[in-house]
Amino acid sequence: MNFDFSEDQKFLAGEARKFLNAQCTTAHVREVLNDDDKSHHDGVWNKVVEMGWIGTAIPEEYGGLGLGMLELCVIAEEMGRALAPVPFASTTYFFAEALKAAGSEEQKKDVLEKVVSGEVVGCYAASEGPGNPEPSKLKTTFDGSKLTGTKIPVTDGDIATHAVVLAKEGSGASLVLVALTGEGVSRKKVSTLEPTRSHAEITFDGAPAQRLGKAGEGEDYHNRVLDHAAVLLAFEQLGGADRCLEMATEFAKDRYAFGRPIGGNQAIKHKLADMYVKNQVARSNCYYGAWALSTDASELPEAAASSRLAASEAYWFASKENIQTHGGMGFTWEVDCHLFYRRAKLLAVQAGSPKVWKEKLVSALERKNAA
Amino acid sequence: MDFNDTKEEAEFRVEARSFLEKHLKPKDANSPRRPSGEDFLKRAKEWQKTKAEGGFAQITWPKEWGGRGGSSMQQVIWNQEESKFDAPTGPFTIGLGMCVPTVIAFGSDEHKKRYVEKALRGEEIWCQLFSEPAAGSDVAGVKTRAIKDGDEWVINGQKVWTTGAHFSDYGIVLTRTDPKAPKHKGLTMFIVDMHQKGVEAKPIHQASGGREFNEVYFTDVRIPDSDRLGEVGDGWKVALVTLMNERLAVGGSPGPDWKEIMEYARDTGSLSDQAFREKLADWYVAAQGYSLTKFRTQTALSRGGTPGPENSIGKIITANQLQDICNSAIEMQDHYGIMNDTDTMPANALFQQSFMWAPGLRIAGGTDEILKNIIAERVLGLPQDVRVDKKVPFDELKQG
Repeated sequence: MNFDFSEDQKFLAGEARKFLNAQCTTAHVREVLNDDDKSHHDGVWNKVVEMGWIGTAIPEEYGGLGLGMLELCVIAEEMGRALAPVPFASTTYFFAEALKAAGSEEQKKDVLEKVVSGEVVGCYAASEGPGNPEPSKLKTTFDGSKLTGTKIPVTDGDIATHAVVLAKEGSGASLVLVALTGEGVSRKKVSTLEPTRSHAEITFDGAPAQRLGKAGEGEDYHNRVLDHAAVLLAFEQLGGADRCLEMATEFAKDRYAFGRPIGGNQAIKHKLADMYVKNQVARSNCYYGAWALSTDASELPEAAASSRLAASEAYWFASKENIQTHGGMGFTWEVDCHLFYRRAKLLAVQAGSPKVWKEKLVSALERKNAA
Repeated sequence: MDFNDTKEEAEFRVEARSFLEKHLKPKDANSPRRPSGEDFLKRAKEWQKTKAEGGFAQITWPKEWGGRGGSSMQQVIWNQEESKFDAPTGPFTIGLGMCVPTVIAFGSDEHKKRYVEKALRGEEIWCQLFSEPAAGSDVAGVKTRAIKDGDEWVINGQKVWTTGAHFSDYGIVLTRTDPKAPKHKGLTMFIVDMHQKGVEAKPIHQASGGREFNEVYFTDVRIPDSDRLGEVGDGWKVALVTLMNERLAVGGSPGPDWKEIMEYARDTGSLSDQAFREKLADWYVAAQGYSLTKFRTQTALSRGGTPGPENSIGKIITANQLQDICNSAIEMQDHYGIMNDTDTMPANALFQQSFMWAPGLRIAGGTDEILKNIIAERVLGLPQDVRVDKKVPFDELKQG
């Protein structure tokens, strides 16, 4: 039995934490939060690019470090813990994974190296309005060379140089690669609950684009990208949830009321114990997701779903009860609790909300038990 | 990251499995979930003897006590393999898991010679006599009184929820020897012969309808001072050693899981219900969370470490989930779900039966609330609860 990260992977996680503790504090996060014109933190992003983290799971032949998905998982946990206000998830978990899954050799050669170097910042555009995008009902269309339609919201859509877009092509769906800086693309920033991760509305008006993979197979690719992103996002959620538990625990030990630390009261102790249980359930499910991802196991659909569901639940609970534990202070702008509450919600709905993943999970279990 | 054994682990697993295959039948759908009765007890004793002779009883115990001198990892592997077979193990869990380790830790050489091997070979069964009607979660509040009389102690009082008292040969009993001392200070532990005069085990009629647990009455029971475990007044220290072993001894829930309710829902036409599907997903995620946490613990053992506090989450998850699953299975059937006839109801009324067991599982071996206190205090390092009884003589404490 070897159901844990290796010493090397743990070392990498430790180094990433040290780096982020120094280079990406909540003061950095607040620089983005408090400035409407800032879509991300330039300084942090440049350093993340320098570290080569974007290329963690990108093969060396495309300019990456060629380490693997397990290594990317441990970095994701640290990025989530640090609330990194950078387009890392969009570029790495979605855009690069879409290229890896569906791109031709030429497309991968062409784009991935620039992704690793930071020249290309990617985003993934699926949502078109309320509800989870259904590939059969997409309004954005691709005619083989040009893309038309509107995507909203697109995480990092205002700062990305390129997008992978889920679009209708003929009677099916395709994944389409498009440059956002060229003709036929207009975008505007949209306001969200989570200003430290920017979002845009992107309108394509016959924008030149190229398909990734075969026409009409977009739904399969899309699901594959989502399964990969789900596990990686789950690690970010896990990092955030654990940080919330630490914050709440530290506060409960230090804050005195009625002559003693509030953490001596069972109402607080049991709340934090519940948080701990949910975080452990999330951690164990995340590890399983990481294993399935790294081995491309046939269990990936249910492993991705269960890691995402466990981590979404853990982060939601930890972020809201962290505010509650902090009391009135927790509801102030100056205390960091709300940063996690905001991020927790974004990560839970980006790539589909829990209800969507519960259905994916049960469908996968049905297929398995029928077989 | 993988789920494979190391070479040594794989070899041990093969050895364990071939031993099991030689002696037992694999578990199947007809294997009883909570077996009991005379025949079962006889089978359990025989199986324990076979295990001891094969070197698979108490794998981590040193060879001098009849163990294998093996690793915790080997014990985990053995447990995994044994659980796949119809192995009658229940009657020994508490004795070998909790009581006899306490005898080994605090008993005299004579005690160890007299008791350990016989217990290991299944010849004698042990029970743990701690809980009382007024001392459950606060088990240090026991009132069963031991009074010194020459070289003997005279015991009077009542214990409760004693698993297996009616078929046990010996027990360890926590008594109060000094009511003038504060709660934790006036306790003393003894070995007690369950067959002697004045010891009476009566089955408790449980809320579930069954009678698996006992209350045990002590009336002028005489115990020689030589059967004391630890010093007079050190009973709490001794009890803590017993209780530390409890988390390892008390297993998971035997009740229906997400898979069984999924089959049940399919058979009864409820699997397409959206609300049910969302609940099913929640159960799967939590159950996976617990099983996979055990793999993490196993990994720590495999790498030579000690199990972390992760294990303490287990019963909170499994007991609550069992109750929730049973509740949903009943509601799924609306009015019909209230019926519990094992011959006519779907799944042999397993959900209805377990519905009545679940409240007990949330209490036994540490209530949800006590387990959460343990996580909060020992894992997260939060302050202990206020203990107004800490320095007060026991006989001056408020009772109720």
